Amino acid sequence: MSLDADQVRKIAHLARLAIREEDIPGYAHNLSNILDLVEKMNQVDTDGIEPMAHSHDAVQRLREDRVTETNQREHFQVNAPQSEDGLFLVPRVIE
Amino acid sequence: MQWETVIGLEVHAQLATRSKIFSAAATAYGAAPNTQACAVDLGLPGVLPVLNKEAVRMAVKFGLAIGAEIPSRSVFARKNYFYPDLPKGYQISQYEQPIVEAGYLDITLEDGSNKRIGITRAHLEEDAGKSLHEDFHGASGIDLNRAGTPLLEIVSEPDMRSAKEAVAYLKTLHALVRYLGICDGNMQEGSFRCDANVSVRIKGEEKLGTRAELKNLNSFRFVERAINYEVERQIDVLENGGEVIQETRLYDSDKDETRSMRSKEEANDYRYFPDPDLLPVEIEPSLLEQVHSELPELPAAKKQRFCSKYGLSAQDAVQLTASREMADYFESVLADSGVEPKLAANWINVELAAALNKDGLDIEASPVTAEALGKLLKRIADNTLSGKLAKEVFEAMWEGAGSVDEIIEKRGLRQITDTAAIEAIIDKILADNPAQVEQYRAGKDKVFGFFVGQAMKATQGKANPAQLNKLLKDRLIQ
Repeated sequence: MSLDADQVRKIAHLARLAIREEDIPGYAHNLSNILDLVEKMNQVDTDGIEPMAHSHDAVQRLREDRVTETNQREHFQVNAPQSEDGLFLVPRVIE
Repeated sequence: MQWETVIGLEVHAQLATRSKIFSAAATAYGAAPNTQACAVDLGLPGVLPVLNKEAVRMAVKFGLAIGAEIPSRSVFARKNYFYPDLPKGYQISQYEQPIVEAGYLDITLEDGSNKRIGITRAHLEEDAGKSLHEDFHGASGIDLNRAGTPLLEIVSEPDMRSAKEAVAYLKTLHALVRYLGICDGNMQEGSFRCDANVSVRIKGEEKLGTRAELKNLNSFRFVERAINYEVERQIDVLENGGEVIQETRLYDSDKDETRSMRSKEEANDYRYFPDPDLLPVEIEPSLLEQVHSELPELPAAKKQRFCSKYGLSAQDAVQLTASREMADYFESVLADSGVEPKLAANWINVELAAALNKDGLDIEASPVTAEALGKLLKRIADNTLSGKLAKEVFEAMWEGAGSVDEIIEKRGLRQITDTAAIEAIIDKILADNPAQVEQYRAGKDKVFGFFVGQAMKATQGKANPAQLNKLLKDRLIQ
């Protein structure tokens, strides 16, 4: 299976990645190779084998419902480019 | 042309856990911004989600209450999209293997009949944070306290055929999650949110019409109004030869209309895949048994019991079982006073409900306790008070003027049931109004009301109405 330039642009957009137009053929080639590998794996007969949701054959450990985290806002917001009144500020998003 | 409305609802119920679904940060409402958002909620590098046991139990509890299949295994998946209040760039949700599979909920319609609404599934997921678009020098503010709050998304089948049915389903679901104690149901605070998928089709048609998804429906009233508006809009579009577009529409309660939220250039492509940070969740049969044994009497069962044991109408029973607290209040009024269930039901559903509504109070905060209301009803049952006087006493009790008997004494509200006393008053009125007596005896029945009015005036409304009517009639035909 090979991806075309439009599909590469769409994938990049969904991942919010800025890519250069001249790099698209390269990405298309590399991504297509990955899909080919998956296609090869698809040829293995897996009839009667239940798909796994995780590579470990184990089940999820659960946590007791207890609050143990304390407020560390000041600490976390040191890394934020911008904050005000305890809020993280981001470029304006409005629908 | 005859159109049929088809509605399916998606409800997000916030689970009433103390800590978040994948972290040990608090979920309390109303905290200062970002004081309840830990490294996991912020999606900082190197953190791992650990599932909250209580969230799982609550989801299972819900599943059992709707008669659903609880699969032994369920899987968390990543739903990928970008928005500033979603720090990781994906929401942890469930996709192919939800924790709760198909179940149902029976709703009672206005005519008292029942209808079964299918529930397709319910799955666990984390909530996102909140974006504040007020002006921060051209920026948006992000509060991540809500990020990671556990939600149970409950998806119904497209089984509802009117806005009223949709509201009945929602109210039934709302009562259920509160009975189960898994959600506080506060719609204003967003603990119980609803999206409606609405479409119309020509009656008799099998195929579903194109649907619009309505958002921002944060009260039962808005749900009804938004759906009604949307149905009209879609029928208009179709009757004018247009086509309904599949889109998300926002309800504006000020203008009472829905409008397109955004024209999506592309269909949502969430690229779900199993979350490698979380292993499959296994539900042991022992957990199912344990949760099952802890289920309270559910609204449907309680409703049925209220009808059969107390002889109440379906509507009365629905209203009284709308919350566990309301049902308990009713039963404790009965236990305290021993009055007729129908009398208690009427007073709670009419007078008490109106007073609570007026003051915006929940039944738990009622200034008139079940015990106090029981005493009032006893005074009606033993003829001390007429219905009308009882309302006066109730109002005084509501204002905190004291106990029933104190108010009756203090204000001299005791009903007059002494036949001789009432007869004396009647005789005086008849003597004072010979012309009206003449008219009545000549066949003008309406004048009867005049005499009743005069008698009530003379007794400050305290004459027992049934007795007064009877004695007055006896006297007039003499």
